[in-house]
Amino acid sequence: MTAAPASGRDRPAILGRLAGAVLLVPGVVWLAAFFLVPLAIMVVISFGALDANGHVTLANPGFQNYQDALQPEYVRVVWNSLYYALVTTILSIAIGYPIAYWISRYGGRRKVLLLILVMLPFWTSYLIRTYAWMIILRDNGIVNSALQAVGLTNEPIEILNTDFAVILGMTYGFLPFAILPLYVSIDRLDEHLVQAGRDLYASGSQAFIHVTLPLTMPGIVAAALLTFIPALGDFVTPDLLGGAQTTTIAKIVQVIFTSGRDWPGGSALGFLLMIVTLGGTLAALRTLRREVLAG
Amino acid sequence: MTGRSSRWLTAFVIAIYAFLFAPIVVLIIFSFDVSKRTFIWLGFTTDWYGRLFANQDLQDALWVTIQVAAIAVVGSTILGSLLGLGLARLRFRGAGATETLLLLPMVTPEIIMGISLLVFFAQLFNLNGSIGQIAIAHVTFCISYVAITVRARAAGLNPSLEEAARDLGASAIGAFRHVTLPLLAPAVAAGAMLAFALSFDDLIVTSFNAGVGSTTLPIFIYSSIKFGVTPQINAISTIIVAVVSIALFVAWRLGAFRGDLRNVVTDPEAA
Repeated sequence: MTAAPASGRDRPAILGRLAGAVLLVPGVVWLAAFFLVPLAIMVVISFGALDANGHVTLANPGFQNYQDALQPEYVRVVWNSLYYALVTTILSIAIGYPIAYWISRYGGRRKVLLLILVMLPFWTSYLIRTYAWMIILRDNGIVNSALQAVGLTNEPIEILNTDFAVILGMTYGFLPFAILPLYVSIDRLDEHLVQAGRDLYASGSQAFIHVTLPLTMPGIVAAALLTFIPALGDFVTPDLLGGAQTTTIAKIVQVIFTSGRDWPGGSALGFLLMIVTLGGTLAALRTLRREVLAG
Repeated sequence: MTGRSSRWLTAFVIAIYAFLFAPIVVLIIFSFDVSKRTFIWLGFTTDWYGRLFANQDLQDALWVTIQVAAIAVVGSTILGSLLGLGLARLRFRGAGATETLLLLPMVTPEIIMGISLLVFFAQLFNLNGSIGQIAIAHVTFCISYVAITVRARAAGLNPSLEEAARDLGASAIGAFRHVTLPLLAPAVAAGAMLAFALSFDDLIVTSFNAGVGSTTLPIFIYSSIKFGVTPQINAISTIIVAVVSIALFVAWRLGAFRGDLRNVVTDPEAA
């Protein structure tokens, strides 16, 4: 190990060039080998096909799988996926903004605790939370039992296996994604600017629309991306809360890889799903690098 | 309180907090309910928990989950801590690219990570799912969380502490071992706890990389749910929620969510 120079403020102590290699290389190599390389292989395979034995072959690479993926029957599936993700994103921001605003403005010393309370359900198993909604929404679940007990209905209302259930489940699952970036941007907002607007005779709502909202727009954009990306890739919620007739891209990809064998076709769909989220991912990355790695 | 909030806004906030916690509370309550099919309270029982211990498939799944989590925690804590320390301390060309590489797994939809690893193992190594394969996948998505937690702590350390040790005659290695390392330890432990919580209940990545004999607890639960809801699932879910909550609580006490909670901006599990 090379000893570092003993002077200089930013002296890296024992972290010389060799130490740098020891620190950085293992993790970078791991991520390259088990994250980047698999992604590259998935993309390569998406241009292949299945041979007579059902094995993946790259003998005649082409765009066949992508042409198949753009068939009319898939258009409805893509629309469905986008619809769920979009409505979830809009609802998450509409619900998350007031929460984030309230925590930032009125949370006082309890801000951190209030944020941790938002995060707690979000860190516990997504599967289990989705399952909990199943037992609440099913025909003999709590909601239907309560409705029948007060006599609002005699027959159970079908709530599970509807679009409503899927959007409810997704909004529940991804709401904390929206609240955190919204909180960060609202909390950073200088309250004096809003006050200045009020001093210049803006009404409360005018000050909100012309001052608060534009200044917290980066948070809204980050919240939208952080909700939209996972919502688009989610297959657990459509599967468990949407029932058999609900199809999304992610659900089709999941079925192809767990029960079907058409990996090239599935890889193409997966890659398309990734491209759709890639623009968002790259935009989110810039925000994330600022928010997450700033410290 | 720093000011007066409108009554409607406060009511709305309380309602949303209730909305966030209600499903989990319901799940826990009904894991103690005598009733088997309907969700009406018929009486208190711990019978469903007792039956868990009689279920061999479930115990096998639990054992697989623990093995995977152990490898994932050790592997990702070592690799992630080194990476986090390096990013905090070193100025080097490619630092930006390394940060991007670190953040990419956090913002890639988990289903993409799952299928790409499946294709990778099957096509290159002819492997079709095993405990080792799941563990490698888990290490991969846990590294970023450990690295970011350790990095935040390392960047916040006062460099004069190590310099003071050097001035008092400590060697470079000695100063690092006796000053910096103990100060970093809580962040390393917090990162390990996060990795455990992530690994213990991952479903999506795991579902593509599990094979015969490597069914984890979340996969067991997922197939049980699809097969038919039973109160046993409420009981095992309650246990998982408890285990993961304890891990997260410890991580929080160790400083995993310090600052403006920057490290929790993304969740791999749901992505």
